[in-house]
Amino acid sequence: MAVLVLADHDNETLSDATHKTVTAAKAMGGDIDILVAGKGAGGIAEAASKIDGVRKVLHVDGDAFEKQLAEAMEALIVPLMDGYDAFFAPATTMGKNCTPRVAAKLDVMQISDISGVIDADTFERPIYAGNAMMTVKSSDAKKVVTVRGTSFDAAGEGGSASVETVDAPAGPFKSAFVEERIVQSDRPELTSAKTIVSGGRALGSKEEFDRLMIPLADKLGAGIGASRAAVDAGYAPNDYQVGQTGKIVAPELYIAVGISGAIQHLAGMKDSKIIVAINKDEEAPIFQVADYGLVADLFTAVPELTDAL
Amino acid sequence: MKVLVPVKRVIDYNVKVRVKSDQSGVDLANVKMSMNPFDEISVEEAVRLKEKGVVEEVVVVSVGPQQAQETLRTALAMGADRGILVKTDDMVEPLAVAKILQKIVGEESPDLVILGKQAIDDDSNQTGQMLGALLDWPQGTFASEVVIEDGKITVTREVDGGLQTLALQTPAIVTTDLRLNEPRYASLPNIMKAKKKPIDEKTPADYGVDTAARLSVVKVTEPPEREAGEKVEDVAELVSKLKSKGAV
Repeated sequence: MAVLVLADHDNETLSDATHKTVTAAKAMGGDIDILVAGKGAGGIAEAASKIDGVRKVLHVDGDAFEKQLAEAMEALIVPLMDGYDAFFAPATTMGKNCTPRVAAKLDVMQISDISGVIDADTFERPIYAGNAMMTVKSSDAKKVVTVRGTSFDAAGEGGSASVETVDAPAGPFKSAFVEERIVQSDRPELTSAKTIVSGGRALGSKEEFDRLMIPLADKLGAGIGASRAAVDAGYAPNDYQVGQTGKIVAPELYIAVGISGAIQHLAGMKDSKIIVAINKDEEAPIFQVADYGLVADLFTAVPELTDAL
Repeated sequence: MKVLVPVKRVIDYNVKVRVKSDQSGVDLANVKMSMNPFDEISVEEAVRLKEKGVVEEVVVVSVGPQQAQETLRTALAMGADRGILVKTDDMVEPLAVAKILQKIVGEESPDLVILGKQAIDDDSNQTGQMLGALLDWPQGTFASEVVIEDGKITVTREVDGGLQTLALQTPAIVTTDLRLNEPRYASLPNIMKAKKKPIDEKTPADYGVDTAARLSVVKVTEPPEREAGEKVEDVAELVSKLKSKGAV
């Protein structure tokens, strides 16, 4: 059994999701190699080689891999799979984008967003926005899997795997990168933050969202999240959205401010260790999952909380 | 330009699902079903492209039971031109759906296929990408903006960290994200008109696709319940509780 794990990175930093995917891959009980595809990503290959339990790192460098676009990634990964029994990718937007292409080319069904490895053929994954857990057994010869980061601990450091260079497949590919608008933030990345404060529609405006949420987040060293309603209303960028269609988070502490707690939002945060809800509607469904609920007007409660911390 | 839009009939997004006591699945008997919300966005985008004059024909397709015809009618009432129902009572996995769609693309020769990014029942997020690979077409997944100009499709995608814009050669695959548009409601006259629009009935066998499941369901269970929490009186009590737990 050999597992190829896809590294998620931006050519400068190896994402924590990669370490978590390695942990999931270890449960398959075989050798683990990491694929680092990028441009000028030698440092990433180096970092990947230090992850504990990794046999070797395959490093591909080329212009086509700078943004890890799906068509180029498919052309790279599919031939490599001759030597592997399983492909594990983090369920990040990058992993979700290219992995199903690999599965289709190998003629196997992908198992998406797994939350557990039962054995080398059997996996657990959430369905219906996390309202049910499904255990599936794959009859395919090769397993193609994406991994829910919040369900696995990050693999430690201390490895010393060798780095092998792999030739990049010849292009050209049918898609081209045009531009990127990345939200600048020095806050902890949402999916790996220990604490998250998240705001909903009840904040009323972008000004109020920023005025109340930023100081609270600063005090706690927290990431800032938002409900879909808050994002749609323009209070916060899309990238902040927590939920079934946004990010799945599971921090130590999740503080939901002015969020009612729709099924789709709960799907993204109900595995948090401690959930705090501040809402003036005591019937709000968020209180059914909150460890500590405060029925109060957020416009007075949030500044009070910020001051008290 | 011709657009193909696959749509799926799923449990309505507002329904709280119940797991069957024998752990064989989720109880779908007598539950309200609707068009997958991402697919509504796909239909809306296709119809808007038609209204702009970029697209001449919008064909909608659904793989599912007889009742999936209602889902197709909804899409026709929103402005699609005709439908294809690939009738089967089996659960069809994304790989098999992608293979059926591959065959339909072969027959219909669309320039663009617009799918939802994921279905809210199985939460797979695979079909569009798989179809892209099977056809060897480029893909713009999680699209929040689609612009078609001079034979090129420019797609802005929602990625971790922000937005990314790609240029795709046609023909291409686009999968829709929530922010792409606000789907319209079908008006009563359009619902009436949609009844007259044609729907072709097919089966997976017509396309020579084997829909046997590759993944067998061992069990479906309830997610672990959270222990009941408590209400606190004020901010001071909240802070002291959090401090005692070491959370702040």
